Amino acid sequence: MKFILMMGMQTDKESMSKGIMTWPKEDVQAHIEFMIGFSKELKDAGELVSAEGLAWPNEAKLVRAGKDGTPITDGVFPESKEFLIGYWIIDVENTERAYQVAARASAAPGPGGAPLNMPIEVRQVMSGPPEEIQ
Amino acid sequence: VTAPSLSVPIEHLLRELTPQVLGTVVRRFRDFAAAEDAVQEASLAAAMQWPLDGTPNNPRAWLTQVAFRRMADHIRSESARRRRESEVAHEVAQSSESTPFEAAPQEDDTLVLLFMCCHPALTPASAIALTLRAVGGLTTAEIAHAFLVPEATMAQRISRAKQSIKNSGIPLQLPTSEERAQHLRAVLHVLYLIFNEGYTSSAGPQLRRADLSHEAMRLARIVHNLQPDDTEVAGLLALMLLTDARRLARTSVAGELIPITQQDRTLWDKQQIAEGVALLSATLPKGSVGPYQLQAAIAAVHDEAAQADDTDWPQILALYDLLKRMSDNPMVTLNHAIAAAMVHGPTKGLELLDGLNADARLANHHRLDAVRAHLLELAGDREGAVSHYRSAAVKTGSLPERNYLLTQAARLSSD
Repeated sequence: MKFILMMGMQTDKESMSKGIMTWPKEDVQAHIEFMIGFSKELKDAGELVSAEGLAWPNEAKLVRAGKDGTPITDGVFPESKEFLIGYWIIDVENTERAYQVAARASAAPGPGGAPLNMPIEVRQVMSGPPEEIQ
Repeated sequence: VTAPSLSVPIEHLLRELTPQVLGTVVRRFRDFAAAEDAVQEASLAAAMQWPLDGTPNNPRAWLTQVAFRRMADHIRSESARRRRESEVAHEVAQSSESTPFEAAPQEDDTLVLLFMCCHPALTPASAIALTLRAVGGLTTAEIAHAFLVPEATMAQRISRAKQSIKNSGIPLQLPTSEERAQHLRAVLHVLYLIFNEGYTSSAGPQLRRADLSHEAMRLARIVHNLQPDDTEVAGLLALMLLTDARRLARTSVAGELIPITQQDRTLWDKQQIAEGVALLSATLPKGSVGPYQLQAAIAAVHDEAAQADDTDWPQILALYDLLKRMSDNPMVTLNHAIAAAMVHGPTKGLELLDGLNADARLANHHRLDAVRAHLLELAGDREGAVSHYRSAAVKTGSLPERNYLLTQAARLSSD
């Protein structure tokens, strides 16, 4: 079963004042090392399909087509918004395993090495049609 | 069906023979798109059969024969469309007469292919994919893997590139002598992009994808052997050798980026540096110094310093002065400012950066912030440095670089 694990980021003032930009060097490094090691673990376990980090959301835009099809952009968004900041797509035995993996990501170290326990959204990735429908 | 994993010699042999065989098939049938498919199929057939049956005595003839057979199949399958059949038959008939193209020496086949795959009419992404497949002999799956895209996407990119070659009527021949210089620059630019894609990896969390860099160096070597007197070809090859020599030192075991001043220089590839320096020393006296040679010369100055403190910055500054006069690239101006700061102090460097504030090409570029942060730090302005490291971190599209910049900001704000 494939799942996408999505990690978000709050951009309101209060969240930003506690964000990674404000952590001491050791904590930033520990967090980065955890994330690199975590992806490697999933890869070594044969469970990683893909993982991407997204660029900072300061240039995020909402795009709609105008009357003539030309893009109309909306943004930058000032605050109080959650943005996707990265995701993992994993291929695992069952839902429980997907939750375990998500919990590992959630507990990534933050200030002072304490687990962040951040919310990770878990959604099943739909598969193609079953091989035989009779 | 998956091909059995190939022994290295067979893989190398196939990659080396691909452009030669393709050149022959294209010359014979004058249909690049179909010839390219036929050669790829022949190469896949070889990858399946040779490990089992042994490599044939004349592998080139084997591949050519299989590719010719595929072309014959292709022509036959097209024969339902009579008009087209007669066209192809006509082309075949024409090409079997001894045309000047046919009479040209075989090494030129590879050049003809390179000029076509890197034609200025193609987008860089198309040119890169096509060059890697037609000249590099990589399979679509390998190219897709290198660029972290699905195989079907890459197959489509390649097929569209071939279509645009067909549509734009790019001739299957060496460019005229007037066009030649311009087209050779286009080839070098594509090889440079392939190298950089491998070296800095514009996508994904991994900083470096070595195979693309090595492929770019292999192709640059081929071009250099074909055009030994072209100083910029030699310059590009030297630049690649001298830059790639630092690859092991460039990232930590955990994948973090290490700037050149802090790299463990014992990890630098001495042999590759020696080769790059020798190539450059043989080239520079030939006159006509271009941007690739200058960049190679700068890389050589860095490579030749046993420690960061030994770096001959005045020499680097002089080289950037020359380079700046040759190109209007703001990245060159940025690097020039760093060199100036190392020679004349950070204030001088910061002054030069101010001149770039109005440059629209850099308006949202993280490099300007990153360099300013570095120079502010050298000048003792910690607060300013932290703030610019942070804005650079927010702007960069590279994950390892963002990690690096965040760490720099955190280091200065927490000490």
